[in-house]
Amino acid sequence: MEHSDHAGASHGSYRSYLIGFVLSVILTLISFGLVMNGTLPKALLLLCICAAALVQIAVQLSFFLHLDASSEQRWNLLALGLTVLITLLLVGGSLWIMYNLESRMADHVQPAMHSD
Amino acid sequence: MSAEVLSAVHQHAGEHEHSGSNKLFGFWIYLMSDCLLFAAIFATYAVLSRNYAGGPSGKELFHLPYVLGETMLLLTSSLSYGFSMLAMHRGDRRQVLVWLAVTFLLGLGFFGMEIREFGELIGAGHGPQRSGFLSAFFTLVGTHGAHIVFGLIWMAVMMVQLAAYGLTAVTRTRLMCLSLFWHFLDIVWIGVFTIVFLMGVM
Repeated sequence: MEHSDHAGASHGSYRSYLIGFVLSVILTLISFGLVMNGTLPKALLLLCICAAALVQIAVQLSFFLHLDASSEQRWNLLALGLTVLITLLLVGGSLWIMYNLESRMADHVQPAMHSD
Repeated sequence: MSAEVLSAVHQHAGEHEHSGSNKLFGFWIYLMSDCLLFAAIFATYAVLSRNYAGGPSGKELFHLPYVLGETMLLLTSSLSYGFSMLAMHRGDRRQVLVWLAVTFLLGLGFFGMEIREFGELIGAGHGPQRSGFLSAFFTLVGTHGAHIVFGLIWMAVMMVQLAAYGLTAVTRTRLMCLSLFWHFLDIVWIGVFTIVFLMGVM
């Protein structure tokens, strides 16, 4: 029985679930507080809430989904790694192309409008 | 001879165990493909998030404390589902059902709050047809909400199955798949909360 469910998850304990929960709540409240407070410069604020989100994702992957570097989970991790890579390409690539396009379009439109 | 039999029995047991863990791995692969679906919608949202078409921006529309409430409901439901899994590993069916019911109610609360928010937006004329930003907003948050609804239906079905069949190898595997699904939705919500709501009001 002990071994029957290792592909998805090792069991975890009340302690591990509670640690994951408390850390997630704290990280959420930090992001929320920083944005509501609004005193940080925008770039720094952006960096902080993105970092908090990434840390929270890592916390939930390890404490709720019990993902770790053990050999039983190698394939789970590999699939996750590939997904993260494609996600980065998809989101990063879309933003790169679209903002580039936007700035090129703006360059074209403005001289035309000025010459009119 | 007896060692041979033993190893054959062991092998058979191993195969049996594998069908459960293979299902879990297969479900994990599905979740990863679902993650890519969300990645595509997140990318769309990121591109369209400033296209207000003269309409309202996130800063005017979003009420952060309300969204924080939704977030806390979903986080707590992840915790209670975890407790349900612990009860399952102890073989305590009654506790599994209790925690599943708690999770269901928390999830329903989250969905209710989301529906109310959508209703208010649409009622005020800020529906998905208003601007590119709002189309992308409703697509992203609505897709997450649709997943939550499917999770809730699944949870209700599992409660009936647990009552009818008890904690069998089959129902255990299904509960573990739902566990992955539910925690995964919480992780997607971290992205929604940060990118849509927090960045939206900055």
